Amino acid sequence: MDVLPNFSVTHAASIDDIVRARAAAPDSRLIAGGTDLMVNIRRGIVAPSVLIDVSQVAELRTIRADADAIELGAAVTLAEVAAHPGVQQHFASVAEAAGSIAGPTHRNMGTVGGNLCLDTRCIFYNQSEWWRGAINHCLKTTGAICHVAPKSRGVCFATFSGDLAPALLVHGAEVEVGGPAGRRIFPLERLYIGHARQDRPFSETLGDGKSYLGLRPREFVIAVRAGRTPGLISGYDKIRIRRSIEYPVAGVAVALRRDGPAFADLRIAFTGTNPRPVLLAGTETLRGRSFDEESRDRLEALVRDQVMSMKTTFTPGHYRRRVASVLARRSVARLFERGESD
Amino acid sequence: MTRVLEIELNGERRADPIEDNLLLLDYLRETVGLTGTKTGCDGGECGACTVLVDGVPRLSCLTLACSLVHRRVETVEGAGADGMLSAVQRGFHEKLGAQCGYCTPGFVVAATALLRWNADPTDDEIRAALGSNICRCTGYVKIIEAVRHAAALQSKGVRARVARPGSC
Ligand SMILES: Cc1cc2nc3c(=O)[nH]c(=O)nc-3n(C[C@H](O)[C@H](O)[C@H](O)COP(=O)(O)OP(=O)(O)OC[C@H]3O[C@@H](n4cnc5c(N)ncnc54)[C@H](O)[C@@H]3O)c2cc1C
Ligand code: SF4
Ligand code: FES
Ligand code: FES
Repeated sequence: MDVLPNFSVTHAASIDDIVRARAAAPDSRLIAGGTDLMVNIRRGIVAPSVLIDVSQVAELRTIRADADAIELGAAVTLAEVAAHPGVQQHFASVAEAAGSIAGPTHRNMGTVGGNLCLDTRCIFYNQSEWWRGAINHCLKTTGAICHVAPKSRGVCFATFSGDLAPALLVHGAEVEVGGPAGRRIFPLERLYIGHARQDRPFSETLGDGKSYLGLRPREFVIAVRAGRTPGLISGYDKIRIRRSIEYPVAGVAVALRRDGPAFADLRIAFTGTNPRPVLLAGTETLRGRSFDEESRDRLEALVRDQVMSMKTTFTPGHYRRRVASVLARRSVARLFERGESD
Repeated sequence: MTRVLEIELNGERRADPIEDNLLLLDYLRETVGLTGTKTGCDGGECGACTVLVDGVPRLSCLTLACSLVHRRVETVEGAGADGMLSAVQRGFHEKLGAQCGYCTPGFVVAATALLRWNADPTDDEIRAALGSNICRCTGYVKIIEAVRHAAALQSKGVRARVARPGSC
């Protein structure tokens, strides 16, 4: 084990405390459950001088879900989300995703905010200091190249693997963030900027596996909210190497509404594949169709176009994309059938 | 930064000066000297370090001690009482739920929490509750049996005197 670097801890009691502590120490980091950040600190990936513990901030502990809407504060734990009857009943994808993250002990610690801001992952990055040092590090830390794509021209493809984001994206969620300039609310999709485009310069809305969050300096997540679309049913499924404790090889959230034999609405989002969770574009072309051969082919084509196949994990990249496609088809089929009886 | 950690550990109040960057795991093992809680991995992957904080399982290798002021922590050392094994410990002992024993404290702690919430868990519930713990020896079959046995013992209110080494 690496000895922990020196840091001090500020225990925030309010949103204002967080803003102030962030201003006082620009290289500070928020810590909630610590199940992601502490691992990275132990591995020498990051070494902030100040940790701001937000786990006890009352305003961040709000959890509400009913037939109309859902609201999850950043410091609500994954175990709380998974066990909440309103989330289970009306936002099934969110409860199922929360209940599938890591293992039960991790879920007692891990939070909504930590999961939404989860660091991106890669086999060349989630390693000890000496392991990374032996290959001269990589772009995401202090190195010069990307080992996954050596000709990436400065772009990192590390994968976003948080399970909650896709489950919330299919419900059209919005995120509220706070920072030095006050609060703002925007679509959750815009929190994720890891498009990893090699043909365009990075900006506030265009990043990669290294610059993956659309947060301005010193901003942080306060809560995530979504309204409920009447008739919409949703679910979450993921493939992982071990079923008990493991990040997804691919995760998929589906929400749909049926009108007789056809889709009235279909939304699909992936995690574990790209440097951002991907809300699949183009699913509206399936509206008015049933889930027949042609629909399945169209769905597969959309996945092929938008889901990446970079080898950032132990499985081959193309396997990941295949798995994503199969999972999506299965989940859509399952919900489509259920939609009929609802 | 140094501060005084006031904490309830296995039913006893303590106050120890600690640094902010001290992990709960190192506080227990190095500062207090309770070495039952094990360090098994690089951080977060094995569950050998599991302890209860306010009755809920947590990984002590990813928890900062300074964030637990006035909280209630239970380790494997707190499982038995008055020289008697707890039902869970006895379950692991009698059903051979431990081989090398390295993972056992973590499993005992996680299983203790489970049986407080759910006195008669199904095998699936046992598996789910122990999902954050890894064992490289037993193949888990004996561990599931141990917890099932512990549930039966607990329902009968049975405790056992700690067996002296060598006396089977
Ligand atoms: C063995 C293992 C398996 C895992 N498996 C999975 C898995 O299957 N799926 C999955 O999604 N995750 C998995 N995780 C990761 C992690 O447990 C969860 O994602 C958890 O939700 C992270 O939340 P946290 O509160 O512990 O985050 P922390 O570690 O506290 O924080 C994570 C990051 O978010 C930042 N942050 C925290 N709160 C905020 C906020 N309010 N605003 C802005 N930034 C913030 C932190 O600064 C840090 O960079 C796994 C972890 C381990 C150790
Ligand atoms: S994808 Fe990112 S983290 Fe992985 S090797 Fe390339 S630069 Fe490093
Ligand atoms: S030591 Fe392995 S999970 Fe804590
Ligand atoms: S008994 Fe050896 S690791 Fe579990």
